[in-house]
Amino acid sequence: MGSMIPKTNGAAHEPMLGGVVQTAHDRKEPLLRAGNTNCGGCGMSIGLNLLGHAAADTPIQLVIPACCAIVTAGPFPYSAYGAPTVATTFASSAAVASGLAHAARLNGERTRVVCWAGDGGTYDIGMATLSAAAERNDDILYVCYDNEIYGNTGGQRSSATPIGASTSTTPGGKDVPKKDIVGIMAAHRIPYAATISLAHPEDAMRKMRYAIEATGFRFLHMLSPCPTCWKSEPADGIELVRLAVRSGLFAVYEVFEGWRTVINVEPEMSVPALERYFAAQGRFRKAGADVAGVHAEIERDWRRLRLRARAEV
Amino acid sequence: MTTSNPAVGATGPKPSRQQLISANHAAAIAATLAARANRTGRGFGGGVYPITPQTECIEFLCAQQIEKGSVVRVESEHSAMAVCMGFSLAGARTFTASSSNGLAYMTENVFAAAFYRLPIVMMAVNRTLGPPWNLWADHGDTLALRDAGWIQLYCEDNQEVADSILAAYRLGEDRRVLLPVLVCQDAFILSHTMMMTDVPDQDTVDRFLPPLDLPHRISDRPRVVGGLDFPRQTEVHRGEHVAAMAAVPAVYRDVQDEFERAFGRRLADPVVPYRMEDADVVLVAMGTLASTVRAAVDAARERGVRAGALRVRMFRPLPEESLRRFFAGAKRIGVIDRDLSPGLGGILWGETRALAPEGSIVQGYLAGVGGGDVRPAHVTRVIDDLCARDRAGEPRFMEVG
Repeated sequence: MGSMIPKTNGAAHEPMLGGVVQTAHDRKEPLLRAGNTNCGGCGMSIGLNLLGHAAADTPIQLVIPACCAIVTAGPFPYSAYGAPTVATTFASSAAVASGLAHAARLNGERTRVVCWAGDGGTYDIGMATLSAAAERNDDILYVCYDNEIYGNTGGQRSSATPIGASTSTTPGGKDVPKKDIVGIMAAHRIPYAATISLAHPEDAMRKMRYAIEATGFRFLHMLSPCPTCWKSEPADGIELVRLAVRSGLFAVYEVFEGWRTVINVEPEMSVPALERYFAAQGRFRKAGADVAGVHAEIERDWRRLRLRARAEV
Repeated sequence: MTTSNPAVGATGPKPSRQQLISANHAAAIAATLAARANRTGRGFGGGVYPITPQTECIEFLCAQQIEKGSVVRVESEHSAMAVCMGFSLAGARTFTASSSNGLAYMTENVFAAAFYRLPIVMMAVNRTLGPPWNLWADHGDTLALRDAGWIQLYCEDNQEVADSILAAYRLGEDRRVLLPVLVCQDAFILSHTMMMTDVPDQDTVDRFLPPLDLPHRISDRPRVVGGLDFPRQTEVHRGEHVAAMAAVPAVYRDVQDEFERAFGRRLADPVVPYRMEDADVVLVAMGTLASTVRAAVDAARERGVRAGALRVRMFRPLPEESLRRFFAGAKRIGVIDRDLSPGLGGILWGETRALAPEGSIVQGYLAGVGGGDVRPAHVTRVIDDLCARDRAGEPRFMEVG
């Protein structure tokens, strides 16, 4: 399985190993154990490895709703997770995490409670629960690994599916754009909301470390390539994220307390990168991606983001 | 006397005393006492959400200072139970309350709580499901949860609500059981009616309720709770669930003994008989309907009818053995349901008719569906109908208005 993406001047964007490799302070065992059932090239696997390194020896409890990540755990009594894990009903991860986090506080424990949820459990069925936990500012780190589809059930559209993407329930391509989830979460004025690029692991690690240590409700949004549903090559996952960042499609930024906005990676606003992003994924083939239209949307979104980032000064 | 509850004040234990309180407050006071009793354990927490006619219960709970306790005000009943599951999975004692459509909305997590084997206690005010919206008493909301894997207790007065909440913790937290418990009471008839209720002091409750020690609480050991099962594992898990339910009657007897030792009164049996010694006409009911039935039984006895009554207090596990024993001498059995399963009839009737002796007439009656005010005269009509029968027929719908 080779890459479908022609190599370009990617040197400046190559991921660095600093902070990602095992260190003396790292976990005694990986958070994601070997032998799990995730598809090759699953972005969520990379995200879990980053989370494990970021958590280091801080005790964490994982709360995972119905999604691919709970299939990852494997059948009873096995566990592919090197941390205590609660598998919750689909809409409930943030509320179960609230109970765990309150109990940890009442008992003076330093356990960090981490929700690890897909886009279906975040953007769709879990939205009310998530919003309420954020409004209460409960002491939870909520990570949404967004593969832009109901992957676990075989690839149906969610409200995170991008416009133009074919899914089993939008065979002709989705006709509306995805929700701005970080905008929604930041509007709750939570202490921290940020996006995670798997192509920028140092930035991702810094954010994960910050989010694990911070108190109150923290939200991380990670674009998570899904070769199975994106109909892309497993080896291309990180490159696809890099193209999404270069084109401006996936903005890498963070929002503190709902208002102080910091842009972490400047995009090139590259149309060729956007074209390559679409071309490397079979899901955009049927409808044919509207590159000019999406580029115009990207420019508009970035004008808004820059206004927010500037508003602090 | 009724505006404050010194027995659950922040100032510590007070002697047991009579208070004039509603069943909603009785439940909240009992839950608060149980919550404080776990302060030497892993504390207390719960998710709460309002719904008429339960709201006064959670309002009262939210006004309490609970050492090592935290009440989370959530956005839905579904999340109320989810928060309870989080607390309970962490080893804390938990409580919530709901009713009617709130329970229907919560349903997925009601099942989940039982499958996790968490000793959560929930107070349910029985109210008609809508739409159209109707606030009055009907048992259909909690009976719809009969297969959810919870223990279900139905109460007849406010004292029983308070006592059942306390007993529910002792019962559900027992290592032989480890199941959630639903304590049910009738909308307005109990929830908003003030009755003199004996409220125990904290010391006594502390002695009755040792700190919860949940064997499968999550801590720092890497382990998945509630992950994936293949059919074989589910068979094993369900088998354990069945065994836990089967242990309930014996554990409940122990709890009755412990309760009596601690509080000086006996907790009602799973099936409560009334004038059953020589009864050949038997009426069966749940909740407050049972007290109305008793008045009609007395009137029938005066007319020479050898009538008796059974109150089914524990619906899950269904006390089959007790019911069979009480049914043994009955010639005519009338089961009065304040609920309806369209296409079947009354749910209590559907569940108990197979337990009657061969040759007896078991007739189902639907009375007070949608909260109608069932009076002794209505039950007298039931008795007259039952006595006039030479065989059972379709369930009879009694319009009581």
